Amino acid sequence: MARYVVNRLAQAIMLLVIVSAIGFAILHLAPGGPLSQYAASAQMTQEDLDRVTRQLGLDRPLPIQYLDWFGRMLKGDWGKSYRDGEAVLSVISSHLGATLELMATATIIAVLLGCWIGVLGALRRYSLFDSLATVGAMIALSIPTFWFGLVTIYLFSVKLGWLPAGNRQTVGDGSFLDLLHHLIAPALVLALVETAMWGRFMRSSMLEVINQDYIRTARAKGMPEWRILTVHALRNALLPMITVAGLQFPTLLGGALVAETVFTWPGMGRLFLDSIGYRDYPVVMGILMFSATMVLIGSLVADILYAVVDPRIRVG
Amino acid sequence: MTAATLSTVQLAPGQAAWRRFRRHRLALAGAVIILVLVLGSALGPYLLPFDDTYIDIMKRFAPPLSGAHILGTDELGRDVLARLMMGGRVSLSIGIVAMVIAMAVGVVVGAFAGFYGGVVGAVLMRLVDAVLCFPTIFLLLALAALTEPGPVTTTVLIAATAWMAVARVVEAQVRSLREREFAVAALAFGSSNLRIMFRELVPNAIAPIVVAATLNVAKAILLESYVSYLGYGIQPPAASWGNMLNNAQIYLTSSPWLAIAPGVAITLAVTSFNFLGDGLRDALDPRMNIA
Repeated sequence: MARYVVNRLAQAIMLLVIVSAIGFAILHLAPGGPLSQYAASAQMTQEDLDRVTRQLGLDRPLPIQYLDWFGRMLKGDWGKSYRDGEAVLSVISSHLGATLELMATATIIAVLLGCWIGVLGALRRYSLFDSLATVGAMIALSIPTFWFGLVTIYLFSVKLGWLPAGNRQTVGDGSFLDLLHHLIAPALVLALVETAMWGRFMRSSMLEVINQDYIRTARAKGMPEWRILTVHALRNALLPMITVAGLQFPTLLGGALVAETVFTWPGMGRLFLDSIGYRDYPVVMGILMFSATMVLIGSLVADILYAVVDPRIRVG
Repeated sequence: MTAATLSTVQLAPGQAAWRRFRRHRLALAGAVIILVLVLGSALGPYLLPFDDTYIDIMKRFAPPLSGAHILGTDELGRDVLARLMMGGRVSLSIGIVAMVIAMAVGVVVGAFAGFYGGVVGAVLMRLVDAVLCFPTIFLLLALAALTEPGPVTTTVLIAATAWMAVARVVEAQVRSLREREFAVAALAFGSSNLRIMFRELVPNAIAPIVVAATLNVAKAILLESYVSYLGYGIQPPAASWGNMLNNAQIYLTSSPWLAIAPGVAITLAVTSFNFLGDGLRDALDPRMNIA
C-alpha cells in the first residue's frame, strides 16, 4: 500500500511539473508577456519597459524564469491582480466558497439521483425505464449547460416566479432559506450533466457486478434478493464510482463556470470570466493553474481512496 | 449448400456492420437529423428572402410565425431563421474542421507514443495527462482571451483542447497491434517505421478512431457554443448558434423565442452526433455486443 501511494504521488508531482510548464508557456503567449499590463500603458516608454524587464528578471533564459516562477507558485506567491493589486491566491480563495457550495450541492444531487437511476436501469435492463434513462442521459449530455440554465430561468423565474433568476442571496437578506432558495436553480442545472454521467457509469458498474460468480453463489445459498443486491452487489458496484468522482471533477468545474455565468453566481468561474474581460492575466493564469491543481489532487485522492477500499488495485 | 445461403452466412464485414448500425434506430435518426441540419444550413439561405445580417429596425422583436419571418426577428430586426442557417454553417463547419485537426494531432501523437513506447511514449502520454488536468472550458477561454477571436482561432483552439482523448485511444490500439504478426511481417519486409505506423497499424484501428471522431464533432459543436455564448468565439455580426444566445438572456422575458431556436439547434446537432457515435460503436465493434 505504501509503495502504491508513493508511486502515485511521484506520478502526480511529475504531472504537476508538466501542468505548470504548460501554464508558464500560456502566460508567455499573452500579448506582451507577463508585462502586458504595463506594455499597454502610455505612461511607459520602451526604455522604461526594458529597464523593468531587467529588474524583474524577464531577460533571463526561459528555463531559469520558469524555475523561479514555479518556486514562487509553491511558496504561495501567485502574483497580484492587475485590477486591484490584491494577491491572486486571496482573490481566488474569496470566491472559492461559492463555487464549492454549488459544486457540492450539485454533486450530492447527481450522486443520489444518478446512482438510483443507474442501479434501477441495470436491474431492469432493456426495460422501458432503462431505455428512457439511456436516451435521457444522452440528451442531458448534449444540452449546452448555459442554454438549460436560460430555459430554467425562463420557466421558473420569468413564467412561474418560483425561483430567483440569479445571485447567491437577496441583498439585505442572506438567511439560510434565502441562500437555499438561490441555490436550487444553479445547482439543478449543474447537476443535470453530472446525473447523466453518474447514471451511465453506475449502470455499467452494476451490470458488471450482478453477473459475477459470487452473486450467483449468494442466490444459490438462498439469500434473499434484497440482501444480495444491497450487501453484495451495490457495495461492490459503488467502489469504482470513487474513480468516477475523480474523473468527473474537470467537467464539474467547467460546468460550474457556465452555471455561475448564467446565474450571476459570485464564484471562481465568474471571477475567471470577469478577469478575462479585464485582461487580468495574473488572475486568469492563477485560476487556470488552481483548477488544474485541484483536478490533479482530486484524481490522486480518488486513486488512493480506491486502493484503500479495493485491495486488488494495489497489486495490479 | 446453395449460393444463396452461402451469401447470407458469409456477410462482408462492412455489410454486417451496416446491419448492426441499421438496428440502432436512434443512430439512424441522428444521421438523418445531421443530414437535414447540414443541407438546411448549406442550401437554406438561398431559399430565404432575408439576409442574415440585414438590419430592419422597424421590425424588431417580431414573434415567430407572424408574417414573413418564420422564426421571428431579433433585437435588430434580423431574420432569426436566416441567422440560424448561417450560424449552422459556422457551427457545423467548426465542429467538423476542429474534429479533423484534433484527429490528425491525436492520431499522430497516439501512433508515435504507442509504436515507440518507452521514454517517447511515456513523455507523450504524460503530456496528454497534463493537458487533461485543465478543465476544457477554462483552458479554452484562457487561450481565447490571449488571441484574436474569429472562426479560425476558435476552430484551432477547440482542436487544441480536444485531441487528447483520441491520442489515448490510438496509443492503446497501436501498442497492442504492434505485436501482431502482420506488423512483425511488415517489419521483416523492411517497411519503414512510419509506413508501419500509418499504413498498417492506424488503418487497423480505424473503428475506434471513427467512433472517437464522431463523438469529437459533438464535443466541438458544444464547445463552440460555449465560447461564442461567452463572447470569445465567433464575433457579431456573423452568426453562430452560440453567439445567437449571447443577447438572448437580456430579452428572455419579452422575446423567449430568441433563446429557443439556437438552443434547440445545438442540442439537436450534439445529440445526433452522440447517438451516431454510439451506433457506430455498436456497429463497428461487435465485441461490445457480447458483454
